[in-house]
Amino acid sequence: MMHHLIALPILLPLLSGLLMLVKRDSTVLPRRAIALTSTAALLVISAALVIQSDSGEITYYALGDWQPPFGIVLVLDRLSALMVCLTAFLALGSIAYACAGDDRKGSNFHGLFQLQLMGINGAFLTGDIFNLFVFFEVLLIASYSLLMHGGGKDRTQAGFHYVALNLAGSAMFLIALGVLYGTTGTLNMADMSQKVAALGPDRLGLLKAGAFMLLVVFGLKAAILPLYFWLPRAYSSAPAPVAALFAIMTKVGIYAILRVYTLIFGGGAGELANFVQPWLWWFALATLALGGLGVLSARDLRNQVAYLILISVGTLLVGVSMNREAPIAALLYYMIHTTLVSGGLFLLADAIGEQRGKAGARIVPGRGVTQPALLGLFYFIAAVTVIGLPPLSGAIGKALLLKAALPSEQPWLWPLLLLSSFAGLVAMARSGSTVFWKAGRGDSDGPRLKPAMLAGLILLIGASPALSILAGPITRFTDASATQLLDHDAYAEAILSRNVAGGDS
Amino acid sequence: MSLPLIVLLPLLGSLVPLLSSNRQRNLNAWSTALLPAIALGIVIAHAPGVVAGEVYHSSMSWVPQLGLDLAFRLDGLSLLFLLLILGIGLLIILYARYYLAPEDSMPRFYAYLMLFMTSMIGIVMADNLLLLWVFWELTSLSSFLLIGYWYQQSEARRGARMALAVTGMGGLAMLAGFLLIGHIVGTYDMQTVLDSRDLIQADPRYLPALLLVLLGAFTKSAQFPFHFWLPHAMAAPTPVSAFLHSATMVKAGVFLLARLHPALAGSQLWLYIVTLTGLVTMIYAAYFALLKYDLKGVLAFSTVSHLGLITMLFGLDSKLAVVAGLFHIINHATFKAALFMSSGIIDHETGTRDIRKLSGLRRSMPMTAALAGLAAASMAGVPLLNGFISKEMMLTETLESGLLGGLAWLIPVLATLGSVLSVAYSLRLIRNVFFGPEAKELPKTPHEAPFPMRLPMLILVGLCIVIGLIPAVIVSGLLDAAARATILAPRPELQLSIWHGFNLPLLMSAIALAGGVGIYTVRRNLFNFQRQFPQRNALMIFEHSVRRLLQWTQVTIDRLENGSLQRYMLWLIVAVLFLTGSGLLDLDQLQGSRQPQPLDGLLLAGAGITILAGLGTAILHRRRLVSLMMLSVVGLMVSLAFARFSAPDLALTQLAVEVVTVILLMLALFFLPQRTPKESSGARVVRDVLLAAGFGGVVASLNYALLTRPMDSISGFFLDNSVSGGGGHNVVNVILVDFRGFDTLGEITVLCIAAIGIYKLLNRLRLFMPSSDSEGRPWSRDLHPMLLATVSQSLLPLALLVSVFIFLRGHNEPGGGFIAGLVTAVALILLYIARGVDWAQQRLSFQYQPIAVTGVAIATLTGLGSWLFGHNFLTSAFGHFSIPYIGEIELATAMLFDLGVYLTVVGATLMILANLGKLTTRHRPSKENEKETV
Repeated sequence: MMHHLIALPILLPLLSGLLMLVKRDSTVLPRRAIALTSTAALLVISAALVIQSDSGEITYYALGDWQPPFGIVLVLDRLSALMVCLTAFLALGSIAYACAGDDRKGSNFHGLFQLQLMGINGAFLTGDIFNLFVFFEVLLIASYSLLMHGGGKDRTQAGFHYVALNLAGSAMFLIALGVLYGTTGTLNMADMSQKVAALGPDRLGLLKAGAFMLLVVFGLKAAILPLYFWLPRAYSSAPAPVAALFAIMTKVGIYAILRVYTLIFGGGAGELANFVQPWLWWFALATLALGGLGVLSARDLRNQVAYLILISVGTLLVGVSMNREAPIAALLYYMIHTTLVSGGLFLLADAIGEQRGKAGARIVPGRGVTQPALLGLFYFIAAVTVIGLPPLSGAIGKALLLKAALPSEQPWLWPLLLLSSFAGLVAMARSGSTVFWKAGRGDSDGPRLKPAMLAGLILLIGASPALSILAGPITRFTDASATQLLDHDAYAEAILSRNVAGGDS
Repeated sequence: MSLPLIVLLPLLGSLVPLLSSNRQRNLNAWSTALLPAIALGIVIAHAPGVVAGEVYHSSMSWVPQLGLDLAFRLDGLSLLFLLLILGIGLLIILYARYYLAPEDSMPRFYAYLMLFMTSMIGIVMADNLLLLWVFWELTSLSSFLLIGYWYQQSEARRGARMALAVTGMGGLAMLAGFLLIGHIVGTYDMQTVLDSRDLIQADPRYLPALLLVLLGAFTKSAQFPFHFWLPHAMAAPTPVSAFLHSATMVKAGVFLLARLHPALAGSQLWLYIVTLTGLVTMIYAAYFALLKYDLKGVLAFSTVSHLGLITMLFGLDSKLAVVAGLFHIINHATFKAALFMSSGIIDHETGTRDIRKLSGLRRSMPMTAALAGLAAASMAGVPLLNGFISKEMMLTETLESGLLGGLAWLIPVLATLGSVLSVAYSLRLIRNVFFGPEAKELPKTPHEAPFPMRLPMLILVGLCIVIGLIPAVIVSGLLDAAARATILAPRPELQLSIWHGFNLPLLMSAIALAGGVGIYTVRRNLFNFQRQFPQRNALMIFEHSVRRLLQWTQVTIDRLENGSLQRYMLWLIVAVLFLTGSGLLDLDQLQGSRQPQPLDGLLLAGAGITILAGLGTAILHRRRLVSLMMLSVVGLMVSLAFARFSAPDLALTQLAVEVVTVILLMLALFFLPQRTPKESSGARVVRDVLLAAGFGGVVASLNYALLTRPMDSISGFFLDNSVSGGGGHNVVNVILVDFRGFDTLGEITVLCIAAIGIYKLLNRLRLFMPSSDSEGRPWSRDLHPMLLATVSQSLLPLALLVSVFIFLRGHNEPGGGFIAGLVTAVALILLYIARGVDWAQQRLSFQYQPIAVTGVAIATLTGLGSWLFGHNFLTSAFGHFSIPYIGEIELATAMLFDLGVYLTVVGATLMILANLGKLTTRHRPSKENEKETV
């Protein structure tokens, strides 16, 4: 039974999602119970997967017992386990927050949320590139629906841009897959990596074209400059728990880049070895710079968080493009940190907006929040974390990445990364002091945090101090993940050499 | 080891004040003081060892991958600073107890203060460069909270932000510097770094590393030109200023100079940058100290000036200069803390800090006057006080320096000038405030502050005198130890005493005292001179430039993100063209080795029609219905193409999909605004045509190149195993429901979510329902033509039968759940069209969402069923059964899966249709319905 564990992060949210969607009009309480239980179970399962993956062995699960390269496989390595676990944690915080009432602002919230999780987990676990496309579709279609949750003109418009751009992206994904399949004749990523290495010269250009198109698609999901345009508005208009979950969405794109361009077009790809990384480097740096400007320009807390996400996208992709063990290990640690804290910040911005009444989350002087000490503390921790100031996790992640830069990379990376931190510092000191300090005193009759909201905030923002304290063991794990990720031969061997089912019990 | 406790206790101490309430003020203060007092005890317990030459270390691993350890050290330099930080810190706690007004939150104040104290202790004890940086930034953060303590005042908010920005920037630069040093040395361990002087200074990265580290030190220590934040940090409560600007925050910068002295100092670069920066800062700030009207303003600039002095001493290339610098750190901390406290008392008891209003306070507060007078005298360098001794040492060292070659005389002259100014502003501070006629019209009637508030001053001034009188006894050991840590050598021979005989430094001191008095008497001229310059407020300039920066970013971002979907799409397509095109450029030739199939007339005609219809769709896009019809022609041609190239399954699917989508599109288009606003400009049309052509060209090239190359793929496996492994002859269907059933499961989930999402969107939507078309012709009143109704009703059972047939044969012949579902859906849709939503819903009273969801659930549960038999998810089983009356039949679990697909397709399609359709009926959602559907 244990070997089915790999499939559970997909099947469990699928089943619980369906269970909640079967009847549209039932009451909200049982749904909350199902959603919370299912997500908590997901967290336990994914933690077990992390432990299992830490043995260093890459295991796979052949769906329908069709062995690779012919059937679809789910692959468990340290990276996929880590991503699934991260998603579960983020989701738990978001759902807890949503249970305070956001889930009642429209229909089918919890069911769609679970299906969204299924899509995200599937994208992290699959070892088949067409299946990756399918899960991208699942997570995108679910995210369209969730984005519209609660309705409103702003949301609908931002959602439309999001839908239109991503549909175009999906079409390109398919074309790119056609090219990849047409040149390599396979869809299993491990198999594809072997085929790419052995490819004749008359197809290299073709494959390269397909791989580049795929990069654009992933870049669109990851929100890299100049493809990020859907992000700021969509994220800042989404309902808080959804926006918080969306913190993982850009990371799906980044994960896909990391996986595909280290495995299929990585060091073992012969002529095409590591050919996208030099391109990525410049785009990533530009994204980083733009994120810095955006953070300064934001007029609304949620908008500010959206640009902070953009900074993190730039930072992560810079790490991807450096394509060595140390930077990848650094970016994985940074990814855990940034996902959780950005999610927490979206929740916090919402809580602040609710307590400030008319001024909302806009960065203007207005009524003070009802619980200045509590929310102020959250804001301070989150800001310190997300800017990258010590002693919290952001600083550790950024320092790891800075340290990993080669002398040739330092003159570009260091100033940009540090300046983006500085931009964050200036912007968040400003917005924080405007919201919390430049407030009318006394009239604190706004709503107070509900216990569910508090739970969500504690989970996501409180994660950062925990990540700093546990930085030693976590970086050991991310280090090992990076090593495993770059060992593409071991991956291919683990998937392709065994003819027995992945653990026929 | 007890070293971590020295850091940990004050850190815990930041929680202690939160335990008691604001009303229990004594309890609050005493409990807060407890933990740092213990920490001080631990430090003192270590002191004899350190003075004897011991260096204590303790280390714990934190982030080994980063080289960041929780490593602490206690050497002479740390000891010196620890005594200052904890000692003065405790005095501040006592002082603040009486300073804070009842409405000021004491727990919050003490919590911030202790946090700050912790980070300072961390800096001076860090035995790891990165750990030092961690605490360094923590001081910036906690000082931000302290400076902004009175956050209702805009001065406090702005001052806090400016301090954070300047010192935070310095900290980030310093990190880069530390990382460079780490790259050079290979470790961040402090001892190794300090021992690697030659290695570091020989490296080409020494220059950037030094500059970055100095940027950190100079911003923190408010050296020119980064000095401007410090005077505005005076918006903080006075106890904070007394702590931050005497013993701690600003001393962190000079501490860093001392700490890294063994590794970084000694080069020409260090000598010039550090000495000259210090010198300039000293004179510049001393001049402005003389001109300020605010008591704290004078003290702020004098702090900057004295920090410049210390910086200069650390820059000079003599060991004695470093010792003098260390000594002056102690002295400055004592007299400056006392002076800040006196200004706080004056402010507290008179209600103002304006020197122009204050006068003759010695009568009403004699003790404060005496203590402040002594402290100021020490600051001015009056003999018998500690300030005098270090100032003498400083003057001596400036005479020794060989800096600037032939212009070396400039340095002692400028140093003397600094001392002159220092005497002048000290004199002005005391004379104007405490002497002269008694001030009238003060906001409060002045009287002496409570004794516990004066006690810290008393202790500090006592120290000033004792050190001034018997320096050798009091500080010799400490100074020795600190010097050992800073110059890694025993303290050079130095006589710590008041009297060195008649020499040049003594003369310079005399000049300073006389000159200072002289300048003080003619200060009016100076004020008049300064008046001709425009008054510049650094805070305003800073705020203004930040605001300008923000506005600039807003304009830039708004220009980039103009909200136009067309532009965003443009970027996407350009990115694809650019990157994919570059890949295609690598291709030697487009055509591969396979010869194209011969063309025949039918193919050409089909291609021609497809192309024309495609063009028509685009060109006629303003005439929606025609455009849609063109689009459906494209779809039909595609399905014909599938049929022609032996893909009957695909052809069937395409056909059914085509029908359903066109119907749904027609419904959706009905709700779009009747007229499209405006035609694109010519340039835009050209751009779009070029883009479309480019993208089409790239995709066509990809296609052509692929199709003309022989292909070797995994598809052979599917053909071989379809019957034996999947139990079906229709390979396409077996791929869908078995080989890649997982993909299908994902796709039906997508379909199901899409339907639910559309429901979610439409549920809230209220659309305008046009009564006529764009030309103003009213829609037909005959909504449900009789003929259509009759035909559709009789078609329904037939169509359902066909779909059952297609479903059942699917595993072996063209067909399957997907197509069957679409056929059923089409039949039902026809019924809806013919009879209307109301009629249909009365008769088909089931909800579609459960159907779609159940479909996905059936497929999933089918997959899960294989677990019961110990197989992986979605493993299929099939067998031949003989069933009475029906006979031999093949059944596969895949059929159950296919049933799920069928139900999902029917449910989802009709859900979309019914919801779009509902918008046209009296069932359209309204505000009241909304609540029910929550």
